[in-house]
Amino acid sequence: MSDALADWKPDVLGVEGKVLPVVTAPAGVLSSEGAEVDPADPAVVQLAADLVATMRVSPGCVGLAAPQVGVGAQVFVVDVTEHPKTVTAHGTFVLCNARVVEASRWRPGREGCMSVPDLTGDVKRAGRVVVEAVLPGTGEPVRLTTDAFEARALQHEIDHCAGKLFLDRVAGAHAIYQRKVYL
Amino acid sequence: MNELAITVIGPDRTGIVAEVSEALAGVGANLSDSTMTRLRGHFAMTLICTGAAAEDVEKALAPLQGVLTTVRAVAPEADADVAGEPYLVSVHGADRLGIVAAVTRVVAAAGGNITDLTTRLTGPLYVLIAEVDVPAGRADDLAAQLAVAAQELGVEVTLRRAESDVL
Ligand SMILES: [Zn+2]
Repeated sequence: MSDALADWKPDVLGVEGKVLPVVTAPAGVLSSEGAEVDPADPAVVQLAADLVATMRVSPGCVGLAAPQVGVGAQVFVVDVTEHPKTVTAHGTFVLCNARVVEASRWRPGREGCMSVPDLTGDVKRAGRVVVEAVLPGTGEPVRLTTDAFEARALQHEIDHCAGKLFLDRVAGAHAIYQRKVYL
Repeated sequence: MNELAITVIGPDRTGIVAEVSEALAGVGANLSDSTMTRLRGHFAMTLICTGAAAEDVEKALAPLQGVLTTVRAVAPEADADVAGEPYLVSVHGADRLGIVAAVTRVVAAAGGNITDLTTRLTGPLYVLIAEVDVPAGRADDLAAQLAVAAQELGVEVTLRRAESDVL
């Protein structure tokens, strides 16, 4: 794990995050490739803080990408610390211009998405990934190796930044499910 | 042996699958292949059965409350040879008339055989997932034609190879 990520806390962004409304499908921004960003751009730093703030007020949310708040940019936040399927976790972090550079141990798993609130789907994802990205603000490059649920979350968010939803990757005609409502 | 093609549709309720299955078992109908699902709150069951006469099955299903049933004798069909390579099509976008018709027509025009298909409408979002056998060498063509159709429909489409891991 990169030291840059170990030390990273949302506070280092130095701006207050605003809670933004979450966009749901079918919205064009969710299906468009996000632009690469300049991590030092104050608008990108604000966006990073807003993503953290919006994730934090959304129950059960373990990741949120810029297109989900209506911004076509390659920025996302992940925090899987509290999730039972997590093995390795790097806390709360925001990445810009992230790429999966290594992927292995493919396995299926059930996924949902705040932007597709009524459906879940079975999606095969790599259980181990190496991701390269830059940090918002400093622009410091990071190379992150992770596994299990954090790896799945990263792939899901990187897909959002490329204009892809889990619906584009479900494993078969019977691999989408109506989300049950428990009252 | 003679086969029966049976459909049962009605409001979903606890025990409906058991009631249908017991009615069929009671007249000696064996379920060969069957599929059961829930479609917008309707319970829907499609089955191929053997070992019973159509009239007996009709009589057995008649007392079921509030369900619509059809029973027809059909000639046995061999499973079609798998011609081509397995692919998956995902379509999602704003609901509008004709999405399924347009997409499946494009698949058929490329020689693709749809083997399974599910659609879901949730709020304004329409989702179609289809499993398709695509003739060897035609996938790129099909992907290009699906992209054109998707653009016209204002929806998103992906075509990708289906994986089948044999364990
Ligand atoms: Zn998502």
